[in-house]
Amino acid sequence: MVPERYELIVIGAGPAGLSAAIEAAKHGIRPIVFDENAKPGGQLFKQIHKFFGSKEHRAKVRGFRIGEELLAEAEEYGVKVVLNATVIGLYEEKEITVKIGDEVRHYKGDSVLVATGASENMVNFKGWTLPGVIGAGAAQTMMNLHHIQPGKRVLMLGSGNVGLVVSFQLLQAGCEVVALADAAPRIGGYGVHAAKVARCGVPFYLSHTIIEAEGTDHVTGVTIGQVGPDWKILPGSEKHFDVDTICLAVGLSPMSQLLKQAGCEMADTKGGYVPVCAEDGATSIDGIYAAGDVSGIEEASSAMIEGRMSGATIACYLGYITEEEKKARVQELESALLALRKGMFAPENRGKLVTRTEEGIDTSMSLLEHGFVAEEEITRYPGVTRKVGIHPVMECTQNIPCNPCQDACPKGCITIGENITSLPVVDTEKACVGCGMCVASCSGQAIFLVDEEVEPGYGEVTLPYEFLPLPQEGDRGVALGRDGKEVCEAVVSKVRSSKAFDHTNLLTIKVPTDMVMKARFFKVES
Amino acid sequence: MVDVQEKLKEMGPYVEAPDDDMLVCRCEEVTKGEIRQAVHAGMFTIEEIRRYLRSGMGLCQGQTCGKLVKGIVSRELGVAPTDVEPAVARAPMRPIEMRILAEDGGERA
Amino acid sequence: MERIMNHPILGETPERKLVTFTYDGKTLEGYEGEPIATALRAAGVMAHRYTAKRQEPRGVFCAIGRCTDCVMVVDGKPNVRTCITPLVEGMTVETQYGVSNRKEEM
Repeated sequence: MVPERYELIVIGAGPAGLSAAIEAAKHGIRPIVFDENAKPGGQLFKQIHKFFGSKEHRAKVRGFRIGEELLAEAEEYGVKVVLNATVIGLYEEKEITVKIGDEVRHYKGDSVLVATGASENMVNFKGWTLPGVIGAGAAQTMMNLHHIQPGKRVLMLGSGNVGLVVSFQLLQAGCEVVALADAAPRIGGYGVHAAKVARCGVPFYLSHTIIEAEGTDHVTGVTIGQVGPDWKILPGSEKHFDVDTICLAVGLSPMSQLLKQAGCEMADTKGGYVPVCAEDGATSIDGIYAAGDVSGIEEASSAMIEGRMSGATIACYLGYITEEEKKARVQELESALLALRKGMFAPENRGKLVTRTEEGIDTSMSLLEHGFVAEEEITRYPGVTRKVGIHPVMECTQNIPCNPCQDACPKGCITIGENITSLPVVDTEKACVGCGMCVASCSGQAIFLVDEEVEPGYGEVTLPYEFLPLPQEGDRGVALGRDGKEVCEAVVSKVRSSKAFDHTNLLTIKVPTDMVMKARFFKVES
Repeated sequence: MVDVQEKLKEMGPYVEAPDDDMLVCRCEEVTKGEIRQAVHAGMFTIEEIRRYLRSGMGLCQGQTCGKLVKGIVSRELGVAPTDVEPAVARAPMRPIEMRILAEDGGERA
Repeated sequence: MERIMNHPILGETPERKLVTFTYDGKTLEGYEGEPIATALRAAGVMAHRYTAKRQEPRGVFCAIGRCTDCVMVVDGKPNVRTCITPLVEGMTVETQYGVSNRKEEM
């Protein structure tokens, strides 16, 4: 049996692997990509939220759409993707063994890129093996790929971006999220992700962890408790919830075992067991590269850029482009990558409490501890302004790399400027026409349109709405505050949906004037 | 190289904990107590522990419990998890039927 | 658990072919090509197997074929990951006890 030889073998058809293969193919290489799953795209097809970043990072495009685009690009450039192909061995000589169907096949690469991604971390507690305790990834897979609710009543453990995003997706799928708990004292993910969950009425329990999952044959309840400074449960702090599902979102670890097996130099870091590699993905073994989460956990947007950098580097390694051409391409990609690694959630800030924004504004502690910005805190941010007539109120309070809002406004009301992580500033001199493009463009759903007085004593708030059933004009209900609690009665005065809004509907509700800076969500009267 | 005798003395005797009965390795049903006792018997590396207890040797190949086992061992030893020697990675990296593995390299009918 | 027929972002769930299969002898319905585990969940089945040592129930945990907790005996073959194995008309799906479909061996 002669091993099949390829110039480039990519392991993993997720965002990093596909991007690398596409980049390499653009330079003339014919790569082969193996993936153990039945479908390509890695986790992208479960990501139904709009991505952050700027235009070059495909900001405000939903993850699964980015996945579709990647697949189309891969096809355009003739990238060969072999599915249901499980790589079971990778060796120093760049030989790989792959289980395809009922057979083990051998392949030899002139270069190999490992883009195997990450696996979910788990925590154990009493009852954690009961059916009904699932990973957050499992919940996403069930709702967004297989069209089934993971459960009716769910408790989420973990307040990182995965825990927050999946909690919101659970709500979108019609499930009830009874609570979001995290052993950490502060929310780990983006504040905007937390805020959109909190305003739906989901309570946050920071410094809380699961004591026990209850049930005999499947989960019927859960008890959480507050952790003290020694990580022990404080007596009397126990809280019980009737749930059928417990969702765990406690971080990811690189799936780097293939690299270790090949003999690559590895490093055991806080972020997981990773290959020691250069920014272009080169490992300690000549011709073996790594890109994406396998070399350190980041977002899919970063993984795609890393993949492209590795693709260009491999093209140079194999002699398809010159060193100069590679340098130019890598530099261009590097600036895009560095932009994503800026701000409050930059790798160097991981686990740290950032007390002030880049602008010198105090961090909202309520946001970090409860998931919503408190009323007395919200006015300190430059996107939150008041004026007569309709205008945007941008409750964007953390420096994250994201700027679609500034391009969205046709009237130039919104400025972020050169620095992609700056907080948006609203220019009250410019005339807002109430088009709502900014509301729909905000991946964090943090922009609202406010008109303090549309008739004597009443104003209007326009908010992003991504739930079903979509309320109709004239529907009566209650307005909820940032904390998800009822603030007043409200009537839907307008509902706008448009292709340009990409499934983010704009709901305009009429509330008493003194409530326009409080009402941030709407619930139909039941 | 860690001096096993010295380390064992430093750790003191194994004392039963209330959550010792909790499963860590879901596939092979290995408990926290079993892992703790293995450490107190002088097994300080993931490699030794998995050979002895089969933790991480089941169908999922340690993908779920790997980090948990490491955490328990590091706490027993009083070191950072990153200082615990990781297990060797070897093929097959994923569960595979013996029949398929056995036919590897052979001529197929 | 309930199936999602209409989703605010993903839209209406595409129509698929309904097939029948047996679960521990009972006839159930599911959609062709969806994971066996999805069809079972829609029918309210949570426990897929009982473990060898402790005889404890297990079900779907990772849903992407990694953790192998959801394995069952499918068409007589044990250890089949139901979360990634597509449902086919006429399949025989059985609860797995240890590594077999025989409860009495527990």
